[in-house]
Amino acid sequence: MTTHQINKKGYYGEYGGAYIPEMLYPNIDQLKEQYLKIIGDASFQEEYQQLLRDYVGRPTPLYFANRLSEKYNTKIYLKREDLCHTGAHKVNNTVGQILLAKRLGKKRIIAETGAGQHGVATATVCALMGMPCFVYMGEIDMKRQAPNVARMKMLGAEVIPSTSGSKTLKDATNDAIRDWINNPEETHYIIGSVVGPHPYPDMVARLQSIISQEIKLQLQEKEKRTQPDHIIACVGGGSNAAGAFYHYLDEENVNLIAVEAAGKGIHSGESAATSQLGNNGIIHGSKTLLMQSKDGQITEPYSISAGLDYPGVGPMHAHLFSSKRAEFLSVTDDQAMQAGAELTKLEGIIPAIESAHALAALKQKKFQPDDVVVINLSGRGDKDLETYMKYFDL
Amino acid sequence: MNRISHKLQENKKLLSIYFTAGYPQLDDTKTILEQLEKSGVDLVEIGLPFSDPLADGPTIQASSTKALKNGMTTEKLFEQLEDIRKIVSIPLIIMGYFNPMLQYGIEKFCKKCAEIGIDGLIIPDLPMEVYIEEYQVIFQQYGLQNIFLITPQTSEKRIRQIDEASEGFIYMVSSASITGAKNSFGDAQQAYFERIDQMKLQHPQIVGFGIGNAKTFEKATQFAKGAIIGSAFIKHLTENGTQNINSFVDQIRKSN
Repeated sequence: MTTHQINKKGYYGEYGGAYIPEMLYPNIDQLKEQYLKIIGDASFQEEYQQLLRDYVGRPTPLYFANRLSEKYNTKIYLKREDLCHTGAHKVNNTVGQILLAKRLGKKRIIAETGAGQHGVATATVCALMGMPCFVYMGEIDMKRQAPNVARMKMLGAEVIPSTSGSKTLKDATNDAIRDWINNPEETHYIIGSVVGPHPYPDMVARLQSIISQEIKLQLQEKEKRTQPDHIIACVGGGSNAAGAFYHYLDEENVNLIAVEAAGKGIHSGESAATSQLGNNGIIHGSKTLLMQSKDGQITEPYSISAGLDYPGVGPMHAHLFSSKRAEFLSVTDDQAMQAGAELTKLEGIIPAIESAHALAALKQKKFQPDDVVVINLSGRGDKDLETYMKYFDL
Repeated sequence: MNRISHKLQENKKLLSIYFTAGYPQLDDTKTILEQLEKSGVDLVEIGLPFSDPLADGPTIQASSTKALKNGMTTEKLFEQLEDIRKIVSIPLIIMGYFNPMLQYGIEKFCKKCAEIGIDGLIIPDLPMEVYIEEYQVIFQQYGLQNIFLITPQTSEKRIRQIDEASEGFIYMVSSASITGAKNSFGDAQQAYFERIDQMKLQHPQIVGFGIGNAKTFEKATQFAKGAIIGSAFIKHLTENGTQNINSFVDQIRKSN
């Protein structure tokens, strides 16, 4: 049977691997050797599940969106990751990785962040565990996302501005990797998405797979079946989509729909639709699809949503795209903002603009009245209020 | 025989210099190479700039960003180096990240290097295992030596594997760090230099990262065959342009 899971060498089809400088080899090798053992260990699982339940607030509801379903004449469920502690799915991963870091004997945590959600989720678990936390964030993003910078500081993290290159997420990631090279012994790097060198993409996917694990149980209860007809999730690096797809990857009758940010239009020059604009290459230690110049220089993406403007996608998604296992759609800033407003009016839920991209897929797809459609509502819109205010002149 | 192997047989400590192609000015490449050879440098690493240089410190990062802004591309670099063997005879190595080479096409890249007279490649983010499995045959076909890095954290077992897979020399990273000059080396580095020396590897080692003056050059080459200077030379270029390259080199060499 073909599988869309990672293989033994750390690849999804031709994508993945660990294209890292020798300086990172000992750390990556240690992780590669240990991560499955640690995550599979009963004491890890006990602690992880307990924190997910009591601290994060899991299971998150699978909510039947009545009025939205009526409008689109199909059965729409929202997986409410927006109700997680800190406001998005990101914390599922950071809780898991901090427990892993402790078991590896690490004493210091570093992370990268774009919009600040992963930075906040990392700073949160570091506060919880009493670990020193250093978050790299592009200088430009720090200005754009000032409230999240304040949250991280309040949580005790040091936020270090990235001033190299384009001063955004990809540069923050470079700087976090450089920090790890400079501090190879006691530091663990908590990557926020299913990107980076193997084993990160698989490790983060496994820690996010709780999302699809719960969807299965909850659908069984509500629909007497474990499989929806369609699952829709937004993709920047792709962690929430990886979690929502994970347990369905090899169940081919479930249609997986990945939604990328088209920004001001796919060919406007201001877009983050990697599958449409990218080609094969290497970014942050992983062979995957990325946006780059003809000369192999990585280009700067754009989206109104700070969580989707990554110039690559995780190798799992590159493989889902090239093997056509998942359907990839692109949603513009305007379409996403309208979808965010629509969900707010119909269901009383203000979504993160990232998640609004997934909702906007409803306008591009025609579903059958008895189709079960699950949309992963990855985060809440509190952090985006300023963007909503400006856009809708509130 | 490959120029690198030939050079390594000379009975002296080797000084290797790194610079980023296209910096400070787009068309400085030839002048810099010519000046370095005239100044008595033994080997040169020509940096192919990349937008996201993971293993580099602020100095080389900034030079890469500037070089790209100046318009440096892989194609452009090859154009500049077209007739370089008419004026420069020391070994030349291209150092760059894997993605730009991948986009150019590995076979095409190697072929072009061979035509120009490039002797070796240093690709920090191409791991040994992937190189051996996918690219070694191509590199060898075009007579290019691939230089691997080792660090203080590299296990003895892996150093032996790297030694086995190496050609030319082993690039010995002086400490757990990204590139950038330090003023001195401490006891930990000294112990590491001695430890590697005692392993009696098949391939000579050239130390890089953290070397920027006569003192660190001398210390690094106490056991190793040579040392590489990058960031300190980039700083010199920032301050002086392509002037006084010989005095920069003399000042490194002064203790020898």
